[in-house]
Amino acid sequence: MSELEDLYREVILDHNKNPRNFAELDDADRTIEGVNPLCGDKLTLYVKLDGDRIADIGFKGTGCAISVASSSMMTERVKGATIDEGLQLFDTVHRMLAESELDETALMELGKLAALSGVREYPSRVKCASLAWHALKTALNDSTESVSTE
Amino acid sequence: MNSDMSSATPTSISERHPITNIEALRADFPILDQEVHGKPLTYLDSAASAQRPQSVIDAMVRHEQRNHANIHRGVHELSQRSTDAYEHARDLARAFVNAPSRSEIVFTRGTTESINLVAASLGRMSLSASDEVLITQMEHHSNIVPWQLICQQTGARLLAAPMTQSGELDVEAFSRKLTERTKIVAIGHVSNALGTINPVKELTAIAHDAGAIVVVDGAQAAPHLPIDVQDIDCDFYALSGHKMYGPTGIGLLYGRETLLDRMPPYQGGGEMILTVTIESSTYSELPHKFEAGTPNITGAVGLGAAIDYLATIDPKARIDHEDRLLELATAELSRIPGLRIVGTAKRKAGVLSFVFDDIHAHDLGTILDREGVAIRTGHHCAMPVMDFFCVPATARASLGLYNNADDIHRLVGGLHRALELFR
Ligand SMILES: Cc1ncc(COP(=O)(O)O)c(C=O)c1O
Repeated sequence: MSELEDLYREVILDHNKNPRNFAELDDADRTIEGVNPLCGDKLTLYVKLDGDRIADIGFKGTGCAISVASSSMMTERVKGATIDEGLQLFDTVHRMLAESELDETALMELGKLAALSGVREYPSRVKCASLAWHALKTALNDSTESVSTE
Repeated sequence: MNSDMSSATPTSISERHPITNIEALRADFPILDQEVHGKPLTYLDSAASAQRPQSVIDAMVRHEQRNHANIHRGVHELSQRSTDAYEHARDLARAFVNAPSRSEIVFTRGTTESINLVAASLGRMSLSASDEVLITQMEHHSNIVPWQLICQQTGARLLAAPMTQSGELDVEAFSRKLTERTKIVAIGHVSNALGTINPVKELTAIAHDAGAIVVVDGAQAAPHLPIDVQDIDCDFYALSGHKMYGPTGIGLLYGRETLLDRMPPYQGGGEMILTVTIESSTYSELPHKFEAGTPNITGAVGLGAAIDYLATIDPKARIDHEDRLLELATAELSRIPGLRIVGTAKRKAGVLSFVFDDIHAHDLGTILDREGVAIRTGHHCAMPVMDFFCVPATARASLGLYNNADDIHRLVGGLHRALELFR
């Protein structure tokens, strides 16, 4: 596998082409705007809560394949999860994007999301992958601030 | 003159035999001779920053090794050499833009600082509420934001003349926006996002008829076109060294002497004053009034060497070479399925912006980089241009005199690789 194929894995290309939960939620409890000024990625994340559960989640926006796929995979994964699980997952994804190797438990926890680890070799692209996750963290912390990866 | 004088190369010799074989000049740029990610480097990002020929690097090293000291203030030999080198660079710069007088050449950090200087100083002098500043829709942020700032301070209004779908300035609409309220017109000579060459001479005449002062952003024109501020008849002209094969951190502002004379200083400090008491100061003669503090001396030497370098090359051969490459690139890219060129003005220089329907520019940039091809992706500091064409970003290949047909073929190869990956 060439390095490029390691970045643009099948699952990432698939989520880019057919993003899941790519919709605005009319009844969202939290709406977060995210921008990556470097490449012009723009994302709006909608979260509907039911108690401490993420009852529904959706996103809209434009971005590169990494950013769209990361958003899509994130929403697919955290829909139905608790707020604590979502925040815990943010930490693990953050570690995956920032550190070189993760232990077994972390890899187990990531599952399919580990496909995003190829981004590590592309420092200029890490922000593309992390934008959606920062938006998620902000939404779950009930902050109304917009997020920027700058 | 001292034999150690770094930038005093005799241009007269080469002017008699200007170089017409542009392809051979690539060898003058040592940085191009390397591999990136195991592939030969194909540098197509000169609009962001051009590479420097060995002669520019040498002139700067020589200056640092032999001549450096502060300028205009020492009685010792090194200070004199540095002062001579710095002022010699000013002479070269004057000739480069064909300004009438060397006192009309102000050294700055680059185009951004040059425009900020004019906006702040001229703006303070000549703008008030009910006045207007006219720019265009295709300006770089550095020819937008300084005007926003001074308009906010003075209450003046900032307007932008529109462009057409091909990325050409709509000259009629530009004329209609000019009124007796328009005090300043600021226009780009060549658009960094689209490559459009604006008819600055014609626009200047129209603006002058309306009584406005004209500022031209020449950052992208300087590396490609002959610059003649007297022929354009503009009042100010800004450029950056690093876009024209010189170093970063140095650029210049040409300003009409009658205006510079009346304008208040931009920054205060050493170098720009004659006398200082605690209560007040008197200012130095032009251009020193606008050069507060110790300037980028080595940068000026490098800029002078870049001007010397360009002077050895036949300008027509250089422009023909770049035009042919731009034509080749345009033809080749037009054949790629799903690719759309953004900016199709009749007169263009050095820049090819494009998008794919279903591949984001940022992904293209990464894929091309792995093929050794360096391009720029993003909004190119021209967000209003992106908004106009309804794209979040474009990929931009831009040319320098050192590029050749191989570079274009590698770009095309890289784009096919992207299509393959994303199929
Ligand atoms: C058209 C144009 N104007 C102004 C600038 C700003 O130049 P600098 O960053 O050298 O000050 C640039 C460079 O990006 C440019 O392309």
